[in-house]
This record gives sequence, structure tokens and C-alpha cells, in this order.
Amino acid sequence: MLLLTRGFPLNEQGVKLKKELPKGRGLWVDGLRRLRRRKLAMVSFGIIMVYLLLTGFVCVTEIFDWQVGPARWDEKVGSEYEPPSAENIFGTDFLGRSVFRKTLYGTKISITVAFWASVISLGIGVPLGAIAGYFRGVVDEIIVWLYTTLSSIPYILLILAFALVLRGKTVFGYKLAGITSVYLAIGFTSWVGICRLIRGEVIKHKDREYVLAARSYGCGNSRIILRYIIPNVFHIIIINFSLSFVGFIQAEVILSFLGLGEKTRPSWGAMIDAARLDLPKGYWWEMTAATIAIFFISLALNIFGDALRDSLDPKLRIQ
Amino acid sequence: MITYIIRRLLYTIPIVFGVLLITFILFIVVSGDTSVEEAGKSASKETIEEIRKERGYDKPLFLSWDSQFIKHLKNTLVFDFGRARDRELIIDKIKRGAGPSLSLTIPMFLGTLIISVSLALVVAFLRGTIIDILAVLLCVAGMSIPFLSFILFGQYFLAFKWGLFPVFFSPDLTMVQYLALPVLIGIAAGLGGNLRFYRTVMLDEMRSDYVRTAFAKGLSVRRVLFKHVLKNAMIPIITRVVLAIPFLFLGSLLLERFFGIPGLGYLMIEAIGARDRYVIMAMTYIGALLFVVFNLITDICYAFVDPRISLE
Repeated sequence: MLLLTRGFPLNEQGVKLKKELPKGRGLWVDGLRRLRRRKLAMVSFGIIMVYLLLTGFVCVTEIFDWQVGPARWDEKVGSEYEPPSAENIFGTDFLGRSVFRKTLYGTKISITVAFWASVISLGIGVPLGAIAGYFRGVVDEIIVWLYTTLSSIPYILLILAFALVLRGKTVFGYKLAGITSVYLAIGFTSWVGICRLIRGEVIKHKDREYVLAARSYGCGNSRIILRYIIPNVFHIIIINFSLSFVGFIQAEVILSFLGLGEKTRPSWGAMIDAARLDLPKGYWWEMTAATIAIFFISLALNIFGDALRDSLDPKLRIQ
Repeated sequence: MITYIIRRLLYTIPIVFGVLLITFILFIVVSGDTSVEEAGKSASKETIEEIRKERGYDKPLFLSWDSQFIKHLKNTLVFDFGRARDRELIIDKIKRGAGPSLSLTIPMFLGTLIISVSLALVVAFLRGTIIDILAVLLCVAGMSIPFLSFILFGQYFLAFKWGLFPVFFSPDLTMVQYLALPVLIGIAAGLGGNLRFYRTVMLDEMRSDYVRTAFAKGLSVRRVLFKHVLKNAMIPIITRVVLAIPFLFLGSLLLERFFGIPGLGYLMIEAIGARDRYVIMAMTYIGALLFVVFNLITDICYAFVDPRISLE
């Protein structure tokens, strides 16, 4: 009944009123419209875009070997430990390099690590969760056993263990060093959350009418999962992506700080590690620069992720 | 009830086995034979051979009665982790570190819990007002500052510059003296996330009918908040608390490093620096085991409290 009367306002007797409401909107259009109304979320989105553009810019300068701005982070621009001035906004480090340029370059490292870690964790978590939820039975039990086991190991220890073990290993002739081992470690350890979520959703969806209809047309299992169920749970993947991104950035900082990350190029974690010795001497700017960089991207991602969840998750809409 | 407990107990066996398998694959199979690295640069052939024997690298990985996997199972189950690089038994190191770690993490945890739950009650009551919105914004801002920055700036300003606290641990200080600052920093850093979580929990409760009834009966705000809402919000709070306990034993990696507290976090940092994977393996296993045990306790407690729960 609800479906039949959708789009038309009813009066108390249940008779259609003449005025037609705007046409029904899909989940995505509706979600985007809700999102656009939140000013804070849009500001956050702008900040995230700035970081992403910066990352893209640094990548491009590296590919084409342009000698501009952040690509010249290892250039000596002044004497050692120059305090912030108009010339060098964040001062210089112990080798006289511009802290501002290092921070910009660190953006690329952090964002790439978080991006690849997300891709790996979604790439493992989503298929496993979908398979477990769809087929159930023995496959489900094995996958559930696997992620229960993994999740019973404290997260930080698991990341450390992976990072420690993967460092310096050679896989298919490719030596795992620097950020590669970092994002592999983060990615391999953090798929449990999304796997559990997707499994639960797929279990709920697999007996819905639309799936039964698809099956009655003669769709195969893989087609049902990929073309029918996954698009219907896709908002969960997006929300999880944006909220876990923050965690990955912070994990990269801690791993780099512990000496398990990037050594040769500047990253935010390495900058904080350097500042550990500099801060007692009163050189506060490198630490501050890294903190500010991390703070703004985390804040923006947190606010944007929450707004995304509020606007895309149908369950939260009633409020 | 008894059958439930027995089945729940049996369910932990594959999990513990899984943890053993993962630690084995990670630390023994993937890491490979590190006897050369362990022996040092100028070690003789005999020393390397001796280390290989002690660690069992000369045995097959699986598929044999004296294989490395069987040895790993047997040793780890009885908490025999072998010796660390400095030839001390790893289990002794862990026992020694547990005390300082717990004396840091327990006050930190209790402080965060009490402050954030009581603040959450207030904020949830004021929902929708400017104070609530500000509090949520502050929480998100607090969550966005990296933990390392909290520690570094806290240590620099409060201890180093203004001299309110001692900068580092030293044996002649009293416990309160050297723990005060790390505990304070830990609480400040953890407050944002916790307050936001408990606020959500409280808000869910505030919308319930019984709260409206209680207000309609004319009960005072304080009575409704602390008698009715808090009691009902206890279930998610207790779950979070019980599942956080295993992490208390592991100490705080970063806080212990910065303040030189000789706990388990410090032990791990040292092990990472020395690439001593056996210490990390022991900590991983113990951490996982504690988590499994406390998970079991929570589930059994639930079964006692809520008769509807049963294991499928």
C-alpha cells in the first residue's frame, strides 16, 4: 500500500490530494542532497579535496620530475633550525630544509598509505564478507573463524607484528620497504570490521524479494552478488572507507614513528619522530606543522564520514 | 545453562588454535630463519648452528612429530616462549613488566571511564543545545589530534617547561609522581572518543519511553539520569569495559616509551628496535588469549543476566 501511494500526499481520509510532491529520489541522490545541506560537511569535503589535490600534485611532479615546491623538499633553504618566518612558514629542520615543503610531501606519503591500506582491506573484507553471508555453511564458518581469530589479537600488536615481519622481505622479486610494508600491514589487519558488516548485511539481503526475483530469472550466484546485493550495500562500504581512512593515517604515523615506516622520504610520523629530540631544545615548529597537517585531515574526515553515515544510512534517517 | 557454558568453552578452542596458527605463520614461516642475524656479525659457524638448534630452525616446518609447528604449539600453550636476545626468559620479562603497565593503565582507564560517562550523561541531557553541539565538536577535534602530539606537547609544556611533573621515570620517585602526567595525558587523549561513544549510548536511552514516564511522574532530572538512564545504559558500557581489560595488561606503547616506564609497552618498543620477534610473538599470544578469556567471561555473564541468550 505504501508503495502505491508514494509521491502523493494524503489527507486524513487517505484520499489523494491534487498537489503532487516532487518525484521520488534514489538513495544516492537523496543522500547527496542531505549531505549538501550540511555546511560543515561540505567544508570538510573541501579540506579533503585540498589534501587529495596536493597528493595528486606531488605525484605528478614526481612522475614528470618537475623541480617545484614540495618535490624539492630536500633542498637547503636556510640555516639549521630557523624559526618560522615570512620566508619559511614553518621554519627549517636540522639540515636547514623547509619544514613546510616536508609537510606537503608528507601528505602524499600519508594519503597513499591510507589509500592503499583501504583498497587492500576492502579488497579482502568485502568479497569474504559477501561470500560468507551469501553461501553460509562451511565457507561461512571458516571465514567467521578467521576473522574472529584475527580480531582477538589486539589490533596494534597485529599491525606491529605484520610490519615487523614484512619489512625487508622480497615478494615476487619486489623488496618490501618503506611505505609498502606499512600499507600491507595495515591493510591485511584491518579488513575484519568491513567483512563483519558486509556479511551481516548480505545475510539480511539474500532472502529479500529482489534477490529471489533475480534468482527466478536464472541469474547465477556471482551475478546476484555483484550486480544485485553489492550495489544495495554499497553505502556501507563508502561510509566505512571514509571513517577508517582516519585510523589508517594515524596508524601510519605511529608505525613511522616506531621506525617501521618510511625512512628516506619525509612523512608526518617521521617528522614527529625527529621532533621528539628537537622539542626539548625548543624547536617546536616541525612538530606543530605535522600535528596541524594531521589534525585538519582527521577532523575533516571524521566530520565528513559522520555526515555521510547520517545521510546515507536509511536506518538513521528517521531522526 | 551448563550446556551453554560448555559449548561456549569449546568454541574458544578453534580460536586459540587459530591464534597459534597465525602467530606461527607470521613469526616462524614468513620471518624465516634469522639465526645469522641473531648471532651477530662476527659469529662463528658453531654459534649460528647452536642458535638454529635452540630455535628449532633445523627441523621441518610441519608434517613431522618434532616439527617446528608442534614445538610451537607445545611451548606456547605452556607459556614457554624461549629467551629474548639478551638471554633472559621472555616470560620473566613479561611478568616484570605487567606491574608497571597496569599501574599506568588502570588509573588511566578508570579516570577516562568515570569522566566520560558522567560528562556523557550531562551532554545527553542537554542534547540539541549549543553546549551539546560544542561538546561533540570538541570531541571530534580531540579525536583528530594524534596521540603522539598529546604526549609530546604534554610532556614538553607540563613537565619540561613548567616543571609541574618529573619528565622521566626514575626509581627514586614515588609512583604517584611519575605516573601522574602520563595518566593525565592518557585521559585527555582518550576523552574525545569515549565521550562521543557514551553520548550515543545515553541518547539511545534518553529516547526510550520509560524516560518520558519517569519525567511524567515528576521525578527530578538527577534521579532520572542517575537512577534510570545510567542503569539501562550499563549493558553497552560494561561490554566496552570488560573488553578493554585485556588491553590494560598490554600497557601503553607510546606513553611508556616517552616517560621511560619499564612496562610491557616499553618491552615491545625495545623488541621492535632489536627486531626480536619472539618477544612480540609472546605479547601477541598473551594479548589474544586475554581477549578470548574476557570475551568468554562477558558472554557467560550475559547468559546469567539474560535468559534469552543461547548459542546457536
